[in-house]
Amino acid sequence: MNPPLTETQTESAPSTVHTPLHLKTYLLIGVMIVTGPVGNLLLAKSTKQVGEIKVWPLSELVGAFVGIFGSFTIWAGISCLIAFIIAYMLALSVADYSFVQPAAALGYAVIAVLGVLVLHEKVAPLHWAGIAVICLGVSFIRNTHPRTTETPD
Amino acid sequence: MTLEYILFILVIVVGTGGELCLGRAMKETGELERLHPSDAFKLIGRALRLKWIWIGVAMMATAFFSLVTLLSFEDVSFVVPVTALSYLVGAVGGIFFLGEHVNWQRWVGIGLVCIGVTMVVISH
Repeated sequence: MNPPLTETQTESAPSTVHTPLHLKTYLLIGVMIVTGPVGNLLLAKSTKQVGEIKVWPLSELVGAFVGIFGSFTIWAGISCLIAFIIAYMLALSVADYSFVQPAAALGYAVIAVLGVLVLHEKVAPLHWAGIAVICLGVSFIRNTHPRTTETPD
Repeated sequence: MTLEYILFILVIVVGTGGELCLGRAMKETGELERLHPSDAFKLIGRALRLKWIWIGVAMMATAFFSLVTLLSFEDVSFVVPVTALSYLVGAVGGIFFLGEHVNWQRWVGIGLVCIGVTMVVISH
């Protein structure tokens, strides 16, 4: 099913690095699609504890942020997002941004499932269909070579 | 509602711009050879010395605080998928800023991801 590699791809990705390159990329994206959504969920939980944030007057905004950053939940969320950023940076050292970024869209399926299970949000059938289309899109992206540029020494 | 739109634009455009800067820094740093913590931290350490990382972090921090504010009055399963519109911005940035080759399969994939995201948005 894979298309023949273009000249540029063949030059930049000799066959000896194919398996480890794919393995590294998939593992790092795997970490991203779990830590990213979990981090965002925890952030949502902590901000909802404070209620709607008013940006004016400034004292209201400052008070809201103090309330948010005093909770354990947001720090757990921030820890997840730091793990996400580290995995993201490492993935970008291995593969293209235009490969990693859309492939990480699989995280939206994780978000929907966690939204239902943890925040008890309702997810419409169309929402699930959208997630199915996202997954189909990611399967196309998976057919392309993860890296199409030279890595400088 | 206007504030909501401004925050969405900050999350999508500035957030994606920040990630592209991160991508630039990691391409300059070089490839992670082994999936080992010591190698990973060395690589991150090297990357932290590049200006692109800090430009990217500043832009992503701006997007992050916009996202936190948005999440205080919208559902997480609505807010986060909308930011996926940044995939189009990201692909164009990948081509022009990072010199990546986006072939037809990758474009189809990105297009499908955007359609999927739109379906998610309409479902609300």
